[in-house]
Amino acid sequence: MSYLVKNLTQGSRELIAFRIGDQEFCVNIMSVREIRGWTPATPMPHSPSYMKGVLNLRGAVLPIIDLSARLGMRPTEPSPRHVIIVAQVNRKVVGLLVEAVSDILTVTDDNIQPTPEISSDLEKQFARGILAIDKRMICLVELEGLFPDESEAA
Amino acid sequence: MDMNEIKEIFFQECEEQLAELESGLLKLNDGDRDPETVNAVFRAVHSIKGGAGAFGLDDLVAFAHVFETTLDCVRSNKLEPTQDVLKVMLKSADVLADLTNAARDGGSVDESRSRGLVKELEALAHGEVPAPSAAVEAPVPKAAAPVVAVAPTDPSGFQPIPFSFDDFGGEDEPAAALPTYEVTFKPRAELFSKGNEASLLLRDLSRIGEMSIFCNTDDVPALHKMDPEGSYLHWVISIKTDKGEDGIRQVFEFAEWDCELDIKLQEDDAASAEADSELPMIPVPFDLSILDDGPAVAEADTSADVAAAVAAADTASNVMQMAGAAARGEKKESAATAAAAAANNAQAANNASAGQTIRVDLDRVDRLINLVGELVINQAMLSQSVIENDNNGTSSINMGLEELQQLTREIQDSVMAIRAQPVKPVFQRMARTVREIADITGKSVRLVTEGENTEVDKTVIDKLAEPLTHMIRNAVDHGLEMPEKRVALGKNPEGTVKLTAKHRSGRIVIELTDDGAGINREKVRQKAIANDLISADANLTDEEIDNLIFHAGFSTADKVSDLSGRGVGMDVVKRSIQALGGRISISSKPGQGSTFSMSLPLTLAVLDGMVVTVAGQTLVVPLTAIVETLQPEASSIHSFGATQRLISIRNSFCPLVDVGRILNFRAMQANPVEGVALLVESEGGGQRALMVDAIQGQRQVVIKSLEANYTHVPGIAAATILGDGRVALILDVDAVVAASRGQSLKQEMSLASVG
Repeated sequence: MSYLVKNLTQGSRELIAFRIGDQEFCVNIMSVREIRGWTPATPMPHSPSYMKGVLNLRGAVLPIIDLSARLGMRPTEPSPRHVIIVAQVNRKVVGLLVEAVSDILTVTDDNIQPTPEISSDLEKQFARGILAIDKRMICLVELEGLFPDESEAA
Repeated sequence: MDMNEIKEIFFQECEEQLAELESGLLKLNDGDRDPETVNAVFRAVHSIKGGAGAFGLDDLVAFAHVFETTLDCVRSNKLEPTQDVLKVMLKSADVLADLTNAARDGGSVDESRSRGLVKELEALAHGEVPAPSAAVEAPVPKAAAPVVAVAPTDPSGFQPIPFSFDDFGGEDEPAAALPTYEVTFKPRAELFSKGNEASLLLRDLSRIGEMSIFCNTDDVPALHKMDPEGSYLHWVISIKTDKGEDGIRQVFEFAEWDCELDIKLQEDDAASAEADSELPMIPVPFDLSILDDGPAVAEADTSADVAAAVAAADTASNVMQMAGAAARGEKKESAATAAAAAANNAQAANNASAGQTIRVDLDRVDRLINLVGELVINQAMLSQSVIENDNNGTSSINMGLEELQQLTREIQDSVMAIRAQPVKPVFQRMARTVREIADITGKSVRLVTEGENTEVDKTVIDKLAEPLTHMIRNAVDHGLEMPEKRVALGKNPEGTVKLTAKHRSGRIVIELTDDGAGINREKVRQKAIANDLISADANLTDEEIDNLIFHAGFSTADKVSDLSGRGVGMDVVKRSIQALGGRISISSKPGQGSTFSMSLPLTLAVLDGMVVTVAGQTLVVPLTAIVETLQPEASSIHSFGATQRLISIRNSFCPLVDVGRILNFRAMQANPVEGVALLVESEGGGQRALMVDAIQGQRQVVIKSLEANYTHVPGIAAATILGDGRVALILDVDAVVAASRGQSLKQEMSLASVG
């Protein structure tokens, strides 16, 4: 606890890093509710391609987003080894389908480098920075950028 | 707990008391003369008054007090609770409810109405005073009555107020001299055990007038015989006050049941009593004029003296009778000793054992219901996996699981029962609606309710009130004829509106029947043609014509009245009933009246559904929408145009809708012969055959919101969780049918619009 408090006072934050394909991403740990394994979801009619369907999360209906497809990459072929990160975005709870959770990082704002100027709009929309840790490159994703509005998800 | 919370509890209790009050009055109205009913009514008003006093709600206290006084006359059998009397009382109950609401939510009450009722109530309370002075006073209430009777019929509050001011002026004339009362106050031990304090009561008493007090210690036993919790003192108080006997009683109001209280007007003060506010027209000035003339004629002098003495004595006794009349019941109550107290205690005990309740926040109950729903699902999942992994089905685990299943079912049922509430409160509210509309329309209406203890989920009850009010208004305003017309038709001039509730096959059926004119089909038809709802040459059955009144923008009333006739009524009713998952139907016989019948689910949390498979997915179709299911044969499928197919069912053709295609689960239409057709009826009327691949079965499902974490999905009403823990979607039949209709016009467009 004291560790956390110290970190907070230094303006540092904790991030959860996960893998999609050969890339690594991370999100703020405060928005993550839980992490669970993949179970087959119920497909939704008329949903966008990245919408994998809905799952039963202890009685609540949880929409599952294929983050790979959402970020414009190859759609995931989910297997029981895949992981769902249950995250709170705005006032809704969504499940993010990723390949695996790799790390929990404690970083300060100094560690976060700005995203380079790239033409892709999609990256601009969600990428909030890049972290260089142990020679790996981890992209900090802002979930609010992925689901900016209710209507976007539909 | 701060004051506001306590106040909130008081208002909640008020609501219950008001309901009690109204049901009691209605019982009396139906001829019930059980003294316990009268007592219950009296208690209700008394409790409201008591609570209101504690919170300083003076308007409420003042009105409740007058009401209580009149009720007390009924309780003491001094006032016969006739229909007319009860009519006033029911109106008073309404005003009391209004005042309570005004005290809670702010806002104002139609003052002329409450004032009028105060007059009526007072008139009733004094109505049967046998003294000759009653004749003097009688014209006042009689004159007031017609004005008051008119007042509530005019919602704008137009009333000749100056008239009532005159009345008040007559009664409020200040007394010239103060009458002296002798009060004997003898507290019983119960008074102290309830936390009352005699000295505080006496202090309060000293505030209403000048008094001298004598403490009688005769009953105090020797010290060794003394019960430390006993009561041995009594006081004799002589007090000069203009508040009258009622004022004195008010001081002892909450101690009254636990003490002996005797209030006497002192005889030698008769002269001052002449000016008692209770008697506005006493022939005293007349007497005085005789006295003034006295010295001139000696003979006259003596006779005048006698006359004056007689008059004074008369007046004194009249005053006594008048004052006594109002409070006689209370006096009886207080005069009666331990026996009465014991009876009261026994009553209280009875009431307590009748049913103990606790107040629980609705959110907590909902959370419990949610959790129990999860428990049921979890239990089902668990037993399924045990069965899958265990081949010999007799293991102790299996036995335990079975018991667990029964227990969870029982828990679910009991939890659902917590939310179930009798429809009584809604029905009682309707009684008021009927009274008010009857007043405004000048019709005479009797509301008969049946099955008011039928229980249904609270959310259903809450949402029922509005459509029901609409329908009752319609029934009284449009359905029932004017009394003269009813007499001419050989009917009872008093119309009857009957409201019944009953359980039928897992749903609640509420019927509203009136014995009015029934639906004027010709008029409905003309109106529908005028409003372009049907074509002029349309050939409609009686039933179809009746159902036209559910169309938007339809009203048969010639002129728009305050109550109904704006043409938003019945279609709004139908929509709100449908939003509750219910159906409404109408049957009408010309000249004999109409019956509206509503069938509603018992709860909104669960739904009876048919579990079907569509393109490998499990869907739930609400059972209420399904008319029948059938296995299509190749011979009954007919192609219609490029993509449309019709199915012939008993010689009528019905469009075939592939659910899998509409929901975009598959690209091509499935072969109808391989699937099952569900014949559904949609909101817009008209039937459609929905094609699904297979029917898995029928079951109750718990409704889960999709919107909470996702958005609304066209064609899907909600989601549910099946026994295996997977999410299944509940089909929105109306939306699917609507989409199919768009498709028949322009396929690509319709898909775009649903997608």
